Amino acid sequence: MEQVKQIVHEHYDPEASKIGMWLFIFTELLLFGILFVIYSVYRYMNHDAFHLAAEELDTYVGAVNTVILLISSMTIAMSTTSLQKKKTKETLILCGVTLVLGIVFLVNKYVEWGGKFDHGIFPGSEYLVANFSQGEILFFGLYFIMTGLHALHIIIGLILIVTVMWRVYAGKVHAGRPVLLENSGLYWHLVDIIWIFLFPLFYLII
Amino acid sequence: MSTEKNHIVPYRTYFFVLAGLLVLTFLSIALTSIDLGGLAVTGALTFAVIKSFLVMTWFMHLKYDKLYIILWVVFVFAVIIVTIVVTFLDYIYR
Repeated sequence: MEQVKQIVHEHYDPEASKIGMWLFIFTELLLFGILFVIYSVYRYMNHDAFHLAAEELDTYVGAVNTVILLISSMTIAMSTTSLQKKKTKETLILCGVTLVLGIVFLVNKYVEWGGKFDHGIFPGSEYLVANFSQGEILFFGLYFIMTGLHALHIIIGLILIVTVMWRVYAGKVHAGRPVLLENSGLYWHLVDIIWIFLFPLFYLII
Repeated sequence: MSTEKNHIVPYRTYFFVLAGLLVLTFLSIALTSIDLGGLAVTGALTFAVIKSFLVMTWFMHLKYDKLYIILWVVFVFAVIIVTIVVTFLDYIYR
């Protein structure tokens, strides 16, 4: 009888994983890039209305969320360092801090959107149609779509971080196999970069 | 450039990058709070570009990555910039 030798082969290719993640990030950049183009063209065509509508947004809230997201980006970047140094506990703490900061960002967003909704400013609102010009309605439409899509990315990022923390805790993600943490980090930084552009476009340029 | 597998970035580096990002954020807020007219848009976006450069170079480890990944990123941003320029050429001169 022929002896069949079974080799346990676990597929692991960190470089391919990284390339895959970057390709995905490129599609995300193009998605938001096109939204920026749409925003710029409408801003060019409705300059005064965009100016007026942007005054409704609170720069302070936007700035606080920017600071939160920047710090969270640093903590997740640090967690890749601590994983390489084989400090599992530190990795978990740093990921946990990122998680909490992400949640705080979403809470701020919820309060901010809630305030707008209370003032009758939301997509399809009769108050908005009756009291605002076409250009202002466009501004708020873009504001809700772009910050909403961004918030969705934050939620996905948080789910990824929870998954990574679980796998770090279980010992499946470690110094020898850091790809899942590194790719989640890349995703989180992408979300950060998108916000870096959203913040001046909606909150600063008025 | 060393291989990314062996390159451990110290916490300190990330901390300095964050400090830079925060300074740039507050500078852009300060810049747009004074009335500069059309310059405010250029100024705020310039700060945003510098900030995203910092995030990609250090936080996303592009500094320690292979050249082809860096070239890809440059290409994707070039596509976005070309799209913006072409779209505006259309809208301005139609």
